[in-house]
Amino acid sequence: MSSIEVDGNTYETDEEGYLTNLADWNADIANYMAKTENITMTDQHWEVVNFLREYFDEYQIAPAVRVLTKAIGKKFGAEKGNSEYLYGLFPYGPGKQACKIAGLPKPTGCI
Amino acid sequence: MSDITAPAYRVIPIIPALKPGAMEGKGPFVASDKINEAIGFPGQLVEDWHDRAIARMGELLSKYRSLRVFMDACVHCGACSDKCHYFIGTQDPKNMPVARQDLMRSVYRRYFTLPGKFFPKLVGARDLTREVLDEWYNYFHQCSECRRCSVFCPYGIDTAEVTMAAREILDSVGYGQKYSNEIIGKVHKIGNNLGLPAPALIDTLEGLEEDVKEATGIDVRFPIDVKGAEVLLITPSADFFAEPHIDSLIGYAKVFHATGTSWTLSSMASEAGNFGMFIGNYEQLRKIALRIREVALELGVKRIVVGECGHAWRVAYSFWNTLSGVGEGADPNDKFAQMLQKQLDHRYKQPMHICEFTWDMIELNALSFDKEANDKHIITFHDSCNVARGSRMGDFAGGQFDIPRNIIKAVANNFVEMSPETTRERTFCCGGGGGLLTDDLLELRVKGALPRMEVLRQVADEHGVNFMATICAICKAQFTKIMPIYGFDRRMVGGVHQLVSNAIKLGDK
Repeated sequence: MSSIEVDGNTYETDEEGYLTNLADWNADIANYMAKTENITMTDQHWEVVNFLREYFDEYQIAPAVRVLTKAIGKKFGAEKGNSEYLYGLFPYGPGKQACKIAGLPKPTGCI
Repeated sequence: MSDITAPAYRVIPIIPALKPGAMEGKGPFVASDKINEAIGFPGQLVEDWHDRAIARMGELLSKYRSLRVFMDACVHCGACSDKCHYFIGTQDPKNMPVARQDLMRSVYRRYFTLPGKFFPKLVGARDLTREVLDEWYNYFHQCSECRRCSVFCPYGIDTAEVTMAAREILDSVGYGQKYSNEIIGKVHKIGNNLGLPAPALIDTLEGLEEDVKEATGIDVRFPIDVKGAEVLLITPSADFFAEPHIDSLIGYAKVFHATGTSWTLSSMASEAGNFGMFIGNYEQLRKIALRIREVALELGVKRIVVGECGHAWRVAYSFWNTLSGVGEGADPNDKFAQMLQKQLDHRYKQPMHICEFTWDMIELNALSFDKEANDKHIITFHDSCNVARGSRMGDFAGGQFDIPRNIIKAVANNFVEMSPETTRERTFCCGGGGGLLTDDLLELRVKGALPRMEVLRQVADEHGVNFMATICAICKAQFTKIMPIYGFDRRMVGGVHQLVSNAIKLGDK
């Protein structure tokens, strides 16, 4: 198993750096993960990350891309409710990259 | 991962120069104990892996005569050597189909043929050492089981079956692949590859109903777990989750709506994909297929229709009948298979592909379209390997090629073919099929897409093609990911039913 070290604490991750234990997550870890992905967290990034965590709490899975874009659009303004906006924030794909920063397991399948 | 770049297009698309060892390595991530044990495989490489692997190989050779023939029949004529997209893209000689198969054939000779037992060196026979086992793991995860090479083999050797056997042997000794085995675990536990629990699925479908209402003003339903529905739609779970997949799901719903068909999805069988085939494991293949039978019996549906998923359609078309009783030919002693065979309405094909369903309705004049709605697209069609070479549609030879194209031409005005060397039965794999659609294989995926990208670039330049339609969730995901690396917009890829969805007239027919 791999691990990361943030502020002197060690956290277990999978081979690709996704956090193994959801409960370990905190804002420092999110910032650390974002850095490894070459992303500087802004308020806009946090809006998405926080929504992902809320959704995951309720459904035990990350939201579909469409659900995510719609929810972000509704909550934070229609101009943000499209996948171009999300790809702008998370270039490697809003699903996988944002999930990693949010400490959620990587969605895998035919996606 | 951002440092992965696309290989250069070939000036003359012939056999590339060899780069021995170009793709040597450890292969994709190995499955953990937890993942393997959840689906009944040994957690990690067992101590007596050598003996168990050879024993499993012997079992497979006696169970599948085809495998023994494939081991014996190859004369190394080389017809297959430059037909593989992974060889073309990686230039690694071990990715020539003949050479990849020989990784297993050499071991077969050593343990299962007389000359190989006594004079191994003379006949190119090898002991199964740890190095050989690792080489299997690496290179048998550089084959997407697309069977393009088999089309060109004068003996009809099914290379995919060799890869499947190799992966099955690896799994039997605890050396499985993380991506495929983790996904199989999720289907058994939750009902689909993605691991979408029922509440998430229902929430997503409700959202889609709102979206379609907003866009069209019409109440198109996305029913789930409805008892007594006529049609059970089995579709890849990516259709609920990913872009552009979800646009095709909307297309299916609109077709059902416009034709007044009563239909339902199922939360328990919310997956068409069947990765049991990718790992060559019959028990997993069957167990995954049986979820669909259980739901079909419970809901009392009369028809089973399959959404846009390439390998699922191969499994459904070629194997569901004997695996589960969808179609003719179930085991007479299999009570539930017999029950399902009787329940289904055999005036219709069982199972039926969504493209067959839609095309039938178009032919019956039950649908009408505003073709101009697709005028912004100049469309080409990418045949998906498992549909092209592992199945059929309609009542005529080549229906699996013509029916999706017929639909496109019925709903859009601009259609252009790519080079005939790369379409229909000679189509190239997207580069992500067969259990390889995982980020840890991204370099392989990018390289393997080269031959498809070359001909797409050609029609894009010559005819202005700006949309490539396909009917496979893996193709859609793979292209969305790798096309930007080749300088294309990721939104250039979409489903056939996405085009249907754009043009279909609702409510006024």
